[in-house]
Amino acid sequence: MTAELVRGQNHPLPGNRLEIRVSAGTPVVAAVTLGDEQGRVSGDRAWLAHPGEPQLPGVEVPRQAAAEHRLAVDLGAMPDEVHRVHVLLALPGGRPGAAAVFGAVPAPHVEVTTPEGAGIAGFTITGLGPETALLAAELYRRQGAWKIRAVGQGYAGGLPALLADQGVPEPADTAGRIHHAADRELARSVTPPPETPAGGRRAATGAAPSSASTTAGTPGTPGAAQGTAATASSGTGGIDYRHPRRRPTQPPAPQPAAGGTPTIPGQAPAPGAGPAQGAPQPNPSGPPAPVAGDAAGWSMEERLHNQIWGMFEDLARTVAAYRSAEDFAQSRYDQELDRLLADPRSRSGAGADAARDAAELKQMALIDQARAVLDRDLAQLTAEAEVVEPALPPPFAGWENPCWHGYQVPAEPPMAVRLGSLTLPEAPELRIPLLARLPLNRGLWIDSAEDRRMAMDVAVSLAARLLASHPAGAFAVHALDPAGSGAQALAPLQAGGALVLPPPAAGVAGVSEVLGRLTERVDLLHMAMRAGAPDALPPGFDTAEQLLIVNEFPYAFDDRTVNQLRYLADEGPAAGVHLLLVADREDAAAYGPVLDPLWRSMLRLTPLPSDHLADPWVGHAWTFEPSLVPPGSDVLGQVLRRLAAARPAYGA
Amino acid sequence: MTVNMTKGQKISLSKADGGSLTAVRMGLGWQAAPRRGLFGSRTREIDLDASAVLFADKQPVDVVFFRHLTSDDGSVRHTGDNLVGGAGQGGDDESILVDLARVPVHVDQIVFTVNSFTGQTFAEVQNAFCRLVDETNGQELARYTLTGGGAYTAQIMAKVQRGAGGWSMTAIGTPANGRTFQDLIPAILPAL
Repeated sequence: MTAELVRGQNHPLPGNRLEIRVSAGTPVVAAVTLGDEQGRVSGDRAWLAHPGEPQLPGVEVPRQAAAEHRLAVDLGAMPDEVHRVHVLLALPGGRPGAAAVFGAVPAPHVEVTTPEGAGIAGFTITGLGPETALLAAELYRRQGAWKIRAVGQGYAGGLPALLADQGVPEPADTAGRIHHAADRELARSVTPPPETPAGGRRAATGAAPSSASTTAGTPGTPGAAQGTAATASSGTGGIDYRHPRRRPTQPPAPQPAAGGTPTIPGQAPAPGAGPAQGAPQPNPSGPPAPVAGDAAGWSMEERLHNQIWGMFEDLARTVAAYRSAEDFAQSRYDQELDRLLADPRSRSGAGADAARDAAELKQMALIDQARAVLDRDLAQLTAEAEVVEPALPPPFAGWENPCWHGYQVPAEPPMAVRLGSLTLPEAPELRIPLLARLPLNRGLWIDSAEDRRMAMDVAVSLAARLLASHPAGAFAVHALDPAGSGAQALAPLQAGGALVLPPPAAGVAGVSEVLGRLTERVDLLHMAMRAGAPDALPPGFDTAEQLLIVNEFPYAFDDRTVNQLRYLADEGPAAGVHLLLVADREDAAAYGPVLDPLWRSMLRLTPLPSDHLADPWVGHAWTFEPSLVPPGSDVLGQVLRRLAAARPAYGA
Repeated sequence: MTVNMTKGQKISLSKADGGSLTAVRMGLGWQAAPRRGLFGSRTREIDLDASAVLFADKQPVDVVFFRHLTSDDGSVRHTGDNLVGGAGQGGDDESILVDLARVPVHVDQIVFTVNSFTGQTFAEVQNAFCRLVDETNGQELARYTLTGGGAYTAQIMAKVQRGAGGWSMTAIGTPANGRTFQDLIPAILPAL
């Protein structure tokens, strides 16, 4: 039965051989000092066991910082002069991902057990704040018997202050050696954990904990951390409440005397909007200007992708906040009017007018407030979009982006391609790129109900973008145009003579041949994968991803080929066969509801702006606009010519 | 410095240096009480859930709980459901983070509740606590102990409310019964 101790309480220890278990929820460095009857840490060399010199008679400490420690203690092996054993814990400090203060991490727990693991006494060290080092517990000799006392004394001055208090000579140097030893061990054994996508422990300058020590060290450099355990490593303490993948929408720390940021148009940070509370700010230039690629990720491409999704989510949520405030203001106004009208005494007269005016004023005031917050957030997001958009690589960029003029055939496929852009009515100028991850996991359906010619143009520009985003030969496009109505739109793809597989025979025969071939391919790949024998594919098997463009579906389709198409829509993406359907749902009405699953399985895109796409967080209706080649521009032709030159011709 | 709050106690969240709180976290931690007698090592799992209900003029407008982890406006976030407790060993098992600067303007009160989803009463949990932390520096602002909370399955812990001078917090500590926050709405309303 473990006795749960409170601060200051003591408990007898049944034997000399013990284990001290420390669990802290974050890596900590453990050290032990031995003291004589007066509590002095003396002797010819200091009685201090730490990661650099882990062994003392009767006790050994781990060489590295860890969230869980087990210290084996043999009190019987201690020299007779030793009357006190102090267990010290310290945060490693200055390490990326490490906690900055004990107040920001789960309360450390210390438990004394027998070597077999039976609990004797436990102690949770609560109520810690800016401390970075602790005297956790004390084992002491009283009249020949050993006892444990729960101490839990924190030191905001960090390890040097703690060691000085312990009477260790040259405390600052010793603390430096301890941190150095723990850091060296880290470098040798484990790599720092990668930033998890959801972790979001971003360094936000505003969230720097106001540590008791004013040492403004450079975070993340182990060298600077040595000797100053209380180095304020910026913003790593605690869980970041902000958006999981990015910094806050509103700039932190509005600093009146700061130079300001001319790059943020219309930026007027509300007083007290930032999370900084006078914490030491390494960067005195005020609110940070948005930077392209300011998100988690292993490469610039991934960071930009995550940043765009972060902007997407922030815009969705900001607008949701505004809309809910507006709805609430309206409903409260309606209720107040109803109440006014329900009472015959207040229905008319000067009092009624005044009450109505008051209700209206209340509604307006709330909406104005909500609008101000929305404008602030939109200004920040607009400023961010202005730096992000020009920084995008071609697969993410619109056709009007100059980066397409310097297009080079890539060596590997991107992680996503841009399908178009999304806007909300609250901010029609703020376009969020709609990115689709590659390989596409669902088919694309360009709805041609409104404009057939334009739908085909959109399909061709998407196919060209997919082709251009893949290395030469890694992406193949089949075009089914049984009616021949899309020939003009498809011309750019065929112009190079090498981009689209040779057009099949027109009409039913062509449809049936191409679908038969692709169905067989998907079937073969699935069989190979299920059998665990992907190497057993026939020699000369084309491993490229396949895109099938179908114009004017379901013209020239029969029941058999419609079924094959449905099979491709379901099973194709896993086998690298993707659909790009240009169709008007009305044309296929004769098939009745059997095609509904097909339509539902595909992502519907429209050639003209249309508000039919919902975001995954709050479900606003977003207006989709396809990414089209600017009129009169030859950028598509240029890109395709460059691509054609880079790949071998089919049949060559 | 931690205030061990008592029922009905109100503390202002504005700070000594004049700034007001911008981000708070409600942390909830617990362990299941071990059984006595035979098979005593088989602790029964207890699932406590932390929820936050956003009120505008005493009407609930949004709620953050284990099935809706982020409020629509993104200002209140639940870090995830913990079904058994004890993971933090004295630390928080569930957390709700509130970015006060981003809370929509019409929301004037946010009420934090704790429910026992598996139906055990608070008498059967060990080391259960609920605390409010200033997220910007990790300081604990207030702590409540639930252990020995009696034959209740829910508790309305505390609320933060918007006032003229910023946000303040009031401890409520009303016991109630219910499986999720929906059962608690009638019990919350008098506390608003």
